[in-house]
Amino acid sequence: MTAAAATALQLCTFRLGPLYLGVNVLDVQEVLYQAEVCKVPHAEPGISGLINLRGQIATTIDLRTRLEIEPRDPEARPIHVVVRSGGESVNLLVDKIGDVLAVDPDLYEPPPETMSGIAKDLILGAYKLEGELLLILDVDKTVAIRPNNGEGAN
Amino acid sequence: MDEIIGEFLVESYEGLDRLDQTFIDLEETPDDTGALTEAFRILHTIKGTCGFLGFGQLELVAHRGENLLSLLRDEVLEMDNDIADALLATVDAIREILGVIEETEEEGQHDNAELIARLEVLSGQEPAAAPEPPAEDTPDAAASPPAEAAPAADGAAPVEEGEAAAPPADTDAAAAAGVVLLNPPADDTGPADGEATLADAFQAAAGESGETAPPASEAPSAPTDAVAEEAPSEPPSPEPAAPAAGSGDDDRIGDILVADGAAKRDDVEIAATEQSLGDKRKIGKILSDDGRAEPAEVEKAASKQRGAADSTIRVDVAVLDTLMNLVGELVLSRNQIVQLASDEEFREFAGPAQRLNLITSELQEGVMRTRMQPIGNIWNKLPRVVRDLANQFDKQISLEMEGKGTELDRTILEAIKDPLTHMVRNTVDHGIESPEIREAAGKNTEGILRLSASHEGGQVNIEISDDGAGIDPDRMRTKAVEKGVITPEAAAAMSDNEAVNLIFAPGFSTATTVSNVSGRGVGMDVVRTNVERIGGSVDVKSKVGQGTTFKIKIPLTLAIIPAITVRCGGNRYAIPQVSLQELVRLDSNDPSSRIEDLHGAPVYRLRESLLPIVDLRERLGVEPEEDNGAVNIVVLQLDGKPFGLVVDRIDNTEEIVVKPLGAAVKDIALFSGATIMGDGKVALILDVVGLAAAADIVNAGRQGDSSIEADHGQHGGAIEVTDQVLDDRTLLLVAFDEENRAAIPLSAIERLEEFDQDRIEDSGHQTVVQYRGSILPVLDLGPTTGMGGSALGLGPRVNSVVCNYHGLSVGLAVGSILDIVSHAEVHTSPGGGVETAIINGNVTDVIDVDSLLQQYVPMPDPIGAVL
Repeated sequence: MTAAAATALQLCTFRLGPLYLGVNVLDVQEVLYQAEVCKVPHAEPGISGLINLRGQIATTIDLRTRLEIEPRDPEARPIHVVVRSGGESVNLLVDKIGDVLAVDPDLYEPPPETMSGIAKDLILGAYKLEGELLLILDVDKTVAIRPNNGEGAN
Repeated sequence: MDEIIGEFLVESYEGLDRLDQTFIDLEETPDDTGALTEAFRILHTIKGTCGFLGFGQLELVAHRGENLLSLLRDEVLEMDNDIADALLATVDAIREILGVIEETEEEGQHDNAELIARLEVLSGQEPAAAPEPPAEDTPDAAASPPAEAAPAADGAAPVEEGEAAAPPADTDAAAAAGVVLLNPPADDTGPADGEATLADAFQAAAGESGETAPPASEAPSAPTDAVAEEAPSEPPSPEPAAPAAGSGDDDRIGDILVADGAAKRDDVEIAATEQSLGDKRKIGKILSDDGRAEPAEVEKAASKQRGAADSTIRVDVAVLDTLMNLVGELVLSRNQIVQLASDEEFREFAGPAQRLNLITSELQEGVMRTRMQPIGNIWNKLPRVVRDLANQFDKQISLEMEGKGTELDRTILEAIKDPLTHMVRNTVDHGIESPEIREAAGKNTEGILRLSASHEGGQVNIEISDDGAGIDPDRMRTKAVEKGVITPEAAAAMSDNEAVNLIFAPGFSTATTVSNVSGRGVGMDVVRTNVERIGGSVDVKSKVGQGTTFKIKIPLTLAIIPAITVRCGGNRYAIPQVSLQELVRLDSNDPSSRIEDLHGAPVYRLRESLLPIVDLRERLGVEPEEDNGAVNIVVLQLDGKPFGLVVDRIDNTEEIVVKPLGAAVKDIALFSGATIMGDGKVALILDVVGLAAAADIVNAGRQGDSSIEADHGQHGGAIEVTDQVLDDRTLLLVAFDEENRAAIPLSAIERLEEFDQDRIEDSGHQTVVQYRGSILPVLDLGPTTGMGGSALGLGPRVNSVVCNYHGLSVGLAVGSILDIVSHAEVHTSPGGGVETAIINGNVTDVIDVDSLLQQYVPMPDPIGAVL
């Protein structure tokens, strides 16, 4: 990990309720400030719908629901962070977009064992920034929402 | 990859595919000289081209194969199984080397000594020490007298060589290898001209030595022809010379004109001479300019020439895909503009928008057509597969194909290629029995494997059927339980058809031994998955001892489909028009048209037939919009069964571009994809199959627990009943009045009808109603049987059950229709006659329709007149 310091990891950061989150900036395709989300009935919780991303359909995931944080104020307008995962573009809804930070790998620490809930699966670890923890989101796991059952149909 | 090698590979692969087929045909009809010549030509082409590309091993193999073929062609040898095997092995060896070349651009090391020895032995030759260069192909030239049909084919081969790979830079190498080459015809000269010129080049090279050669009609167009200068320096080879004479015959414009009587042979020759003297005009142009031929005739001949020659070009598939995507985007923009233009404000846009609309549609169609390929393209590989497998298993199988020309989008073709091959393999391996078993079963020892393809609506049907052993449903059940695919209870409850369909269940393979053909775990479930992935369906029907039929239904294209858009709970949804039958709007103020409740199942009487109703809002779990005074029903059909889908609003029809759904939502059975509407918003595409399955529309018939199957025929029948689903024990429960009920066996019922009270007339001795242009006798069931009150005069409408009695329809008027009860226990009273059933805890009489009608309705006379 020491050699990696030269090419310090760049993180795209955003805020989600009480959380300060980051993903590798290379995973981020673009950030949209406005997009109309088409709801998908019967979709798994966490999936808010689909957006038109310049002619392609991108699944939209509300990170609040995904990370089991209380729902966003219906008046508040979320920010769309489009990430690439598994060859497709997935749109993540966050509250506020932050800066792109170059972080010092020495500040990284894996999550504590005591972390519970869905976050345990989705948070890779944290960077101990001054005054605040920056949690690193596992993009692939976050977007991998699979139906547990056959949707009642069939 | 080097462009020449690339082209060589493409051409060679194509040639090999044709060879496979040709050799198999030849086994059937060994004396088909046409096929032999064709095969010879293909091998010759490969041999020749690889000669100057420096693929010595490939050349050697091809050469030996060619030798063997030439002996066959000259009737020195007879085609037999050994030779066919050897020739097919040659094809395989060539294919293998080509594969290596494709990967590495190098030939690699191949040990084909055995094959070559085999070919030589078959040719009756002593194994030779070294390969002969192609141009010194003396066995050929010696074996075949010049200017016959066969050498003509030889001539055709070098023509293709010239076309296939001949950039100027290679001319030297080619000439050194003794292959006559030609620069690709420059700018305005078409490929056909090029061939003709090449043929002439041969003639020049051979020093006009071919005795039987017809006079040259076209001389080489000198400036483009580096070969013409170099070739003469080579020793004249008898092989190219003679064929040059014969090969051009069909292709040269002069000859076409002469054959058509549009120009004189002499004139053509003069024109040819002029051309050879440096006139750069084409022969046809010279002729028409000089007034020796009608320009129109020349034009006609030219198009004929193009037809005769290769009028196609190769286009990279990626280019077509890009085009298709662009057209998709264009369609979207078009939709957007058309929508805008419909606004009063932009009235002046209406005209241009209309044109844009039209052009886009045509463009779309055109681009779509470029991607269409006949299914024969993938079927062509199957005869070889079948032949090899049949040999391997000692089976005799004849493969029949029908509808080879049925065209499909290439992406779909790609997608079904493997499933199809797998199914054919499966059929050969498991479906068709060995000749001994077949004989014992009293069948022809040769099994028949039939492939057929046809268009139907916006779909393509592909059937793979055999006359083999069939699939034993009981064995399927046992196996499925053994493998833990289903529980014993589920197995027992399955219909035979369902059991047979278990073949598609994951982890299911009934093969007792794992052969190297099928039964390797990659089973029919993969086939089904692959077919369903492209929006198709696959079904199997089988009769033990008689054979199995797999039926695949797939859409023509995936990219752009016509659809109707509807609104539901504020969102828009697109429904593919393929499944759309009609749209119905019910005025909620009109009590006569409403959705009724058939014991919990909502139905609508659509032209006197009961249409099962599915409420989309309920299915989607969304709130209906405010009641706008009407119910909108989209009538869809699936597998011939219609059902109504209630939506909030029906928008309009438009072409939509199908976009795939992301991984997280693609498994939702109700949606097959998404699209982007004219306003840039996303709409989901409803999956009619998934929808129907979720609402038990399609499963209804399979499960055998619901018996309503509406008739989809033109005559507008009502509840019609399919035989395999129902038995006598499924009863229709009717009521005469509050207390009295009766049951009628559903098997005796044709339809349920409802008549206006006013339409019921008394003809004097009988109550009748005018019905479908004829007269239907009506029997008031309650009083007639003494079971209850009269059904007539109760309300404005009379419910009746229409039964068929020896070809005569009779209506039984009842108070109301309550329910359909399946699996009812029917008891016959000891004395016979009256049957009873326990329905919902009540003992109910079952009416014996036949004996009832026998009493009250006279047997219709043969003419069928009722009254």
